[in-house]
Amino acid sequence: MFDQYLARRYRTTTRPRKEDYLVRDNAAIVGIGATEFSRDSGRSEIQMACEAIKAAVEDAGLRMEDIDGMVRFAMDFTDEMHLISALGIPELSYFAECGYGGGASCATVMHAAAAVVTGMANYVVCYRTMNERSGRRYGHTPGVGFVKTTPSDHFGYIMPFGLTSAPIWVAMFATRYMYEYGVRPEQLGWVSVVFREHACRNPKAMFYGRPITLQDYLNSRMIVEPLRLYDCCVDTDGAVALIVTTAERAKDLKQRPAYILGATQGTATEGETMTSYYRPRITIIPESWYTAQELWRVTGVRPEDVDVVQFYDAFTCLVPMQLEEYGFCEPGEGSAFCEGGDRIRIGGELPCNTSGGHLSEAYIHGMNLIAEAVRQIRGTSTAQVPDVELSLVTGGLGVPTSAILLRK
Amino acid sequence: MTIQYNPEKRIPHPALWGVLYRSSTPFWEGAKQKELRLQRCKGCGAFLHPPRPMCPHCLSAESEWVRAKGKGKVYSWVTYHESPNPAFKAPYAVVLVELEEGPRIVSNMIDTKPEDIYIGMPVEVVFDDVGQDLILPKFKKAG
Repeated sequence: MFDQYLARRYRTTTRPRKEDYLVRDNAAIVGIGATEFSRDSGRSEIQMACEAIKAAVEDAGLRMEDIDGMVRFAMDFTDEMHLISALGIPELSYFAECGYGGGASCATVMHAAAAVVTGMANYVVCYRTMNERSGRRYGHTPGVGFVKTTPSDHFGYIMPFGLTSAPIWVAMFATRYMYEYGVRPEQLGWVSVVFREHACRNPKAMFYGRPITLQDYLNSRMIVEPLRLYDCCVDTDGAVALIVTTAERAKDLKQRPAYILGATQGTATEGETMTSYYRPRITIIPESWYTAQELWRVTGVRPEDVDVVQFYDAFTCLVPMQLEEYGFCEPGEGSAFCEGGDRIRIGGELPCNTSGGHLSEAYIHGMNLIAEAVRQIRGTSTAQVPDVELSLVTGGLGVPTSAILLRK
Repeated sequence: MTIQYNPEKRIPHPALWGVLYRSSTPFWEGAKQKELRLQRCKGCGAFLHPPRPMCPHCLSAESEWVRAKGKGKVYSWVTYHESPNPAFKAPYAVVLVELEEGPRIVSNMIDTKPEDIYIGMPVEVVFDDVGQDLILPKFKKAG
């Protein structure tokens, strides 16, 4: 039963028929909104959620009472009850939540799209709000209370040994990945340098106006070897909201719609939350691979057709790994793809993370990446790729993940 | 170098193991008796780590706990240069050990500097009483 996963064979025969995939071209992201990104928002997470949702509703040219659906992150600390009361939304007919941290980002859009194309709601809000810098920093250990109550076996096998936070969970993959493929630190460094270049074109980015060189990267202090400071994303306070509706309704709204060509989720067997170390190989990310296979299947698009990508870049090494898992290059070639930066920067064959990404714009659990993917379709990015037809976003990985492909 | 703990801070570990983590209890009970134990499927003999309520290979729910040899090789490692938790003093290393039986487990090295750890390093299990009613299976360089 593990054949499919071990041999990385994608069994299309066990999947629904492609023509039954109702989301394709029938839903769109029509509004995006965000707060400023900062190290100390000075206000509550729910207040930022309200501000971002209000901005997204205005961006779409809708009224708040049009909203009848909401999809939240399971990890979010706000809830629909408080939000709709504060926002004056009369009622919701559809509400859902998506699990696994940043793996929920594109999944929220998938669930919203499913709701609108099946007639369960008209206008669905997806949002994430977090005081991740001034409040709960993920780089620091989850509270002991969290560890005590998490209903899974796996924390017990890692926490007492000091394997207690996201950078180290990913670093364990990175060590092995670098060992098996002979990856050099400067190859990862180019990811950081190029995304910082993109952030320096984006006045909203946390690191706007602060370019770095490859030498700066190499000189940055070790956080958890082999990951340096500039391998890690920027802890951020902020909120991002998106509005999803049907393609038919999208035509009459204020903005050019970003049509959803495909939205997919994926798990894989023998996975753990961030610590899938017990699989035959740990230099691959089966969840991302499966999510990608599904995405290419339901959209009929090939990786080489994609014009711009926002990869979930919580850590630099995840970019070459995703280049491989999404089929932009062969296994083991991702770091060479990034080296020198020319292929992943604006003007390159696959411009990546054009707002600066999690590494340099902000870390809002993948939702700011979706907003940037929408701007690339609209033609309003601060680092606009010319003539974008297809814009890909990936969700948080190392956990059950998700992805969406948008088209003009 | 042995991992340095801060005696005033609790090592984060699930306090509710006995209730929520029943499938792992034999592993930790084994550690207290200085045995590294692994769950093995009675149906097909596959080792299962982390423990599972059912064998994913043959769907048998019958399993047993067997004593592992305690030998293996370092499969991957990391070194913390900034401690994420006050219970642990940086720098310290965490290793992923591939046991001879096949499963991998997360652990620490005893009497080994972080910079001396390498992938493929042969190691063998030792048991470290870290207080708080917790004995952890750790590893040292095999002779």
